[in-house]
Amino acid sequence: MKELRLMKGNEALAEAAIRAGADAYFGYPITPQSEVIEYLMANRPEDRTGMVVLQAESEIAAINMIYGAAGCGKKAITSSSSPGISLKQEGLSYIAGAELPCVVVNVVRGGPGLGTIQPSQSDYFQSVKGGGHGDYKLIVLAPNSVQEIVDFTKLAFELAFKYRNPVMIQSDGIIGQMMEKVELYEQMQRTENDYDWATTGRKEGKSATFVTSLQLQAEEQEKVNLKLQAKYREIEKNEVLFEQHLCDDAEYLLTAFGSCARITRKAMEMAREKGIKVGLLRPQTLYPFPVEAFNKIAPQLKGILCVEMNAGQMVEDVKLAVNGKTKVEHFGRFGGMIPSPDEILNALEQKIIGG
Amino acid sequence: MTEEIIIAGFGGQGVLSMGQILCYSGVMQEKEVSWMPSYGPEMRGGTANCTAIISDEQISSPVLTKYDTAIVLNQPSMDKFEDAVKPGGLLIYERNGMTRKPRRTDINIASIGAYDASVKMNNTKVFNMIVIGGFLKIRPILEMENVIRGLEKVLPERYHHLIPLNEEAIRKGMEIIDFEHKLN
Repeated sequence: MKELRLMKGNEALAEAAIRAGADAYFGYPITPQSEVIEYLMANRPEDRTGMVVLQAESEIAAINMIYGAAGCGKKAITSSSSPGISLKQEGLSYIAGAELPCVVVNVVRGGPGLGTIQPSQSDYFQSVKGGGHGDYKLIVLAPNSVQEIVDFTKLAFELAFKYRNPVMIQSDGIIGQMMEKVELYEQMQRTENDYDWATTGRKEGKSATFVTSLQLQAEEQEKVNLKLQAKYREIEKNEVLFEQHLCDDAEYLLTAFGSCARITRKAMEMAREKGIKVGLLRPQTLYPFPVEAFNKIAPQLKGILCVEMNAGQMVEDVKLAVNGKTKVEHFGRFGGMIPSPDEILNALEQKIIGG
Repeated sequence: MTEEIIIAGFGGQGVLSMGQILCYSGVMQEKEVSWMPSYGPEMRGGTANCTAIISDEQISSPVLTKYDTAIVLNQPSMDKFEDAVKPGGLLIYERNGMTRKPRRTDINIASIGAYDASVKMNNTKVFNMIVIGGFLKIRPILEMENVIRGLEKVLPERYHHLIPLNEEAIRKGMEIIDFEHKLN
């Protein structure tokens, strides 16, 4: 039987990583994410599954430990919050370039700079468009509940290994700190996989395995890029996830991701009570973005309001997706402020219905 | 049934655990629940608050600006959340340490002397359980047996011998809460 618990998002993430059969967690504390490493330290997964948990000396050290573990074919996960994730960007670019699997969790807080510790979604561009250098993509999952944190942790490892690509789980201060009912999956065994790309020692009769993101010849580096791009097209074709609510008869559409989508859903319910035919489209994967879903619903709409806890980031992808077929506006609060359902409903009426 | 509650007070009054106990009790009663703490600078000394939602239906937003019930345990919290109670809603306040009475006339108002009662019980740690008792008297959304089962989940096993004391505190709270203003 599955197990039902009341857990904080951050704690649920930690437990989900253990149960997903992770081999290693490397991290460094930062609010509002510190419960992840606290939970892991207190629960001693080394005794439960043999999973390694280590507090690194910095975020940069942690991501490079991840690089090393991933190079050995291990299931490795790290987490941090915005300023710490910025420090990890060099490592992420290298891991993406070397085509290694790993899971990185960003419990986003308000920026820029050291910013604030309250929830935000202002790292959308960094996660989706590539915060590090080079033409690379992270697969980006955006949970909106503690349950989805758990489910996406398992999914993140699956996708990371399926595509040998880093996967980002974009949480935030709300999802990380809130407690909800959560159903946990049973403990999965850690497995000793002998991937042909992993640097686990040269076997007799086999040639050496290299993990690198360096090619001295431009021709070779272009081949790497072409291979990466082909992989990204596959990901775009296969891995899009989104949720729709009351979209069938919708004349207007609200769109939001993560915790903000929960608040936006409340605004949608309030709008429906007033007789406004509005639906909600919630991207669960930010990359790959649900381009088709937006494109398909756009012709029936009089407008889309994109609600984010930032100054307007996902709204650019929504505009690209609908390609001028309907009006797209943005409403946001930022710097750690959370929009209220009333504010969202008001913005819908002002910017879309009356605008 | 959906009950949207804000609980606010000084750090150390047990504000966050009150919300957790209500939510865990809700889980035991097969409700949907959500608990969201203030974790900002205010929790490092000063005031703390948490939002607890208990509902028969799926909960959309875990963050709210208007509440069915506000439980305020100090004056700054009353100042902050009195106006956030929905018309017709409920405000419960702890009498000890308050410098003014609530002003609203369009909501139900009840007060409780939980601190004094906890002193009489020789255990100020059960203060928050007395307040929970008072709340459940007026808004009987959870069965006592489920609250006890919730406590069993929240408290580490080494404290389970204290559960009867906590039950006594809840019952005390149910006895001593008084309406100050009751809508028809």
